[in-house]
Amino acid sequence: MTADVPAAEPAVRTRGLTKRFRSGQVGVDAIDLHVPRGAVYGFLGPNGSGKTTTIRMLLGLVSPTAGSVELLGAPMPQAGPAVLPRVGALVEGPAFHPYLSGEANLRRLDAADATASPATRARRVGAALERVGLTAAAGKKYRQYSLGMKQRLGLAAALLRPRDLLLLDEPTNGLDPQGTREVRALVRELADGGATVLVSSHLLSEIEQVCSHVGIMSQGRLLAQGRRAEIADDGAPEVHVATRSDQRGHLARVLTGLGMTDVRVDGEVVAASLGSVAVEKVAQAVVGDGVDLLGLEVRRPTLEDVFVRLTGEGFDVAR
Amino acid sequence: MSLAEAPVAETPAAPARATARLLRSELRLVFGRVRNIVLLAGLAAVPLLIGTVLFITQDTPVAGQGPPFLDRVTGNGVFLVFAALVSCLPFLLPLCVSIVSGDAIAGEAGAGTLRYLLVVPVPRTRLLLVKAFAALAYAGAAVAAIAVVGLVAGAAFFGVGDVVLLSGDTIPLAEGMVRTLGVVAYVIASLTGLVAVGLFLSTLTEVPVAAMASTVVVAIVSGVLDALPQLSAIHPGLLTHHWLDFGEFLRLEIDASTLLAGLAVQAAWVAIFGALAWSRFTTADVSS
Repeated sequence: MTADVPAAEPAVRTRGLTKRFRSGQVGVDAIDLHVPRGAVYGFLGPNGSGKTTTIRMLLGLVSPTAGSVELLGAPMPQAGPAVLPRVGALVEGPAFHPYLSGEANLRRLDAADATASPATRARRVGAALERVGLTAAAGKKYRQYSLGMKQRLGLAAALLRPRDLLLLDEPTNGLDPQGTREVRALVRELADGGATVLVSSHLLSEIEQVCSHVGIMSQGRLLAQGRRAEIADDGAPEVHVATRSDQRGHLARVLTGLGMTDVRVDGEVVAASLGSVAVEKVAQAVVGDGVDLLGLEVRRPTLEDVFVRLTGEGFDVAR
Repeated sequence: MSLAEAPVAETPAAPARATARLLRSELRLVFGRVRNIVLLAGLAAVPLLIGTVLFITQDTPVAGQGPPFLDRVTGNGVFLVFAALVSCLPFLLPLCVSIVSGDAIAGEAGAGTLRYLLVVPVPRTRLLLVKAFAALAYAGAAVAAIAVVGLVAGAAFFGVGDVVLLSGDTIPLAEGMVRTLGVVAYVIASLTGLVAVGLFLSTLTEVPVAAMASTVVVAIVSGVLDALPQLSAIHPGLLTHHWLDFGEFLRLEIDASTLLAGLAVQAAWVAIFGALAWSRFTTADVSS
């Protein structure tokens, strides 16, 4: 690393980014995004939480009411002509000319790119189609594509050329479980190739596994962001112990006796915050005290649990 | 495969080159679209229809009856071009121009393709210019289609010969052809103002039909106002006022000032609505 190459410079950086719509509604409220180079950043939040508006501002489609955006170290939208060729984007679903074939649509986008060589167009279009598994449907009219195929074509457009940054807004929308798995694999592959990927989703479970970092949006605000492990660890692990119903009270007293907090009967099990108690001690203590141990599970909080804790509401609650 | 395998140009193409590349793609889009081809075919059918009717009925209209130039068609097929243009100018030509220019930005916005063009990235000014050129090219093709089909049909039905001018003087056919080219060029230039209006209205909405319809309305209202003698003070500045001045080409001494007045009005409309379209399109949030 040399002094004039600031490798630590984030791929996406916003400061106080705000969008107030003409209606007066604040769509995005002073968010400071920080997406490190090489990260797979899960941009999470329910529908209507401001993710898409944020992505539109990152790309210069929508001008911010306040705040600033830097993509790959350059200020947007001023640096758009220089920076955007290095950025692949899927914004609020795919959109193409319905009466053109998938291939013709990609050719059109490539022809619009001043930095793409017409000499390699056919090859790159073919490669992008192959990468998303659309080669067989390349000549079919976009109008006749299924929702999943449209989504794939959108991804192909984002991959028409090598990119340093990909902004993928809801890339798994409309895909079946197999397609969703393929998108996850693609995101991993892109990240392994050195690209930074920002993936937004309102379905936590779909992308949680591939993210190195997460940012959680709710009602226009960025509630938390950072390494996924750190965000998820914010919630202490819990132990769930199962026994027969008549012994649950007894079990709760045993767990409290071990020094655990937040002990409660939660349906079929007794749950407690593990704290500093070692898991193996729990089983010993429960059995040693004459409680019939039917099951024991340590639960680390999922991102969804974190989200519920941060917002006090379910994840799928739209504004 | 890895990302590094796909080679791309190292440096961006020069702006003029990039614009030309995009324009080619845009022209393919506009002229490849079935709707636009059907409209062109419809326009081209007008001289064919007029010629066929005159040929079958063998009935030469009396001078002053029907649209201008109609009475001369059976005498000289060249006049079918002018008669067809006069028939198309009040409505059909503005309709076709409105559809394509109104669709220019609003169509892309409505389909959502606008956001993907802009993040490619295509600079907004370049995109607007390319859209304007493509719409203008379509207007040119529309006028040319009428003229070519008119000439061919006129020649086939009635033959062509030396052209008798409005003054009664006769000029050779070759010069008549040059003047016909002048007519075509003037009519195309007359449509530039409407293209600019359509382009501006197209930047205001994501619903292409709304932009198309309001552009047609502008042309029609202009024609209505032009017909009200009480408004004669504003007539010279109206979008459509000078459209039929192309007859000037059929006088022995062409009065350039009449033609230039028409062109100046178009230039003014282009300047005003081009500027409005530019200021709107380069600053608007793209939320479609």
